Amino acid sequence: MEDNIITIHIIDREGVTHDLEAPTDMNMNVMEVCKSYELPVEGRCGGMAMCATCQCYLESDTDLPEQSDAELDMLDEAFFVKPNSRLGCQLHISDELDGIVLRLAPEGN
Amino acid sequence: MIETDIIIIGAGPVGLFTVFEAGLLKLRCHLIDSLAQPGGQLTEIYPKKPIYDIPGYPTVDAGELIDNLMKQIDPFKPEFTLGESAVTIDETEDNQYIVTTNKGTQHKAPVVMIAGGLGVFEPRKPPVDNLEAFEDKGVEYIIKDPAFYQGKKVVVAGGGDSALDWSIYLVKNNIASELSLVHRRNSFRGHLDSVQQVMDLAAEGKLNLITEAEVVGIEGDGHVQSVTIEHERDGRFTKEADHFVPLFGLKPSLGPIGEWGLEIEKSAIVVDTRDYSTNRPGIYAIGDVNHYEGKLKLILCGFHEGTIAVQSAFARIHPDKKNVLKYTTVNGVNGF
Repeated sequence: MEDNIITIHIIDREGVTHDLEAPTDMNMNVMEVCKSYELPVEGRCGGMAMCATCQCYLESDTDLPEQSDAELDMLDEAFFVKPNSRLGCQLHISDELDGIVLRLAPEGN
Repeated sequence: MIETDIIIIGAGPVGLFTVFEAGLLKLRCHLIDSLAQPGGQLTEIYPKKPIYDIPGYPTVDAGELIDNLMKQIDPFKPEFTLGESAVTIDETEDNQYIVTTNKGTQHKAPVVMIAGGLGVFEPRKPPVDNLEAFEDKGVEYIIKDPAFYQGKKVVVAGGGDSALDWSIYLVKNNIASELSLVHRRNSFRGHLDSVQQVMDLAAEGKLNLITEAEVVGIEGDGHVQSVTIEHERDGRFTKEADHFVPLFGLKPSLGPIGEWGLEIEKSAIVVDTRDYSTNRPGIYAIGDVNHYEGKLKLILCGFHEGTIAVQSAFARIHPDKKNVLKYTTVNGVNGF
């Protein structure tokens, strides 16, 4: 891992894996990193856990912090939710996320 | 017919501040918003959240910012059509626009500024293939009049307060002849008291509680007659129903404005950054609703965009009048 840079792996809706370098010192989240690489992540609400358009499925055994009530509330009303669903906007880019594999959930939320 | 100089669609912070800048140029504004109060997302969604990037305010709560903007524009006597959403726009022979709301209120002006933010809030629709084919034929996303369901078999879907509360209401008031509540998980995140009431009604056999399940299909000949429910373990089964009511909250959408012949990119209206005009003369788009190279969805950028746009609007409204930039420090604020 380079200083302040981690790699996250995003599988898009066509099944293609994108290896994205993400800075840990820019206060970014997964949704924002995906948008900065122009992946098809809408992030309509801007990152307030209020739209689920950045929903993704955790496919690695990465240890993630517990979900906030706001995230759980949103996922409760969202569509295409699975037990490994997370909101990209609630995953802050930090060293712990290095190597994480996330698959984008279908559109339609 | 309401007549004004500028119709502003969207009474969020950017729409409100535009009233101020228009007022300095002696232009009157009328705002239309689908919400019942001014402020847009700031008052509707996060009134208590602090904002840190408004120049001159180290921190300001969203609701307080709206209160301040309302005070700031008060001298210019803005008028509002609230609780109604702009649906159609028609151009008149004298190059004016008539904007009509869903309740039929008409507004006429030479200039329209779309400050619609994320758009109007519409019901979130579950991904059921033929859902839209049954809209108003047994599928409703909002319960407007509970009596409509008198004696009917109703399937409600969702796990939030709205789904819980309406299910309870339709059962306790003996309205629905049969009520099924379908929820994807076996726990609810709604209000604890509502959850308990649903559990009690289910235990008494007055409400069919179907959890760990989703509605995946609708059947009927011209009207809903049954729904197909997929249970996580038990698989698919059919349930007779007269109505299917998915209650999954609201989501913002560009809505009817997307059909106004404006150039759209990335669910936003493309503008010319010289004056934030759209491809239709006299229609401008400012704030989060517009798109251009380098766009930043920030309130402070929207303030700038509205300020620039009213200069261009002035030239359209008064082609023969000269206009120079005046400073409020020199002239003060001369209201209407």
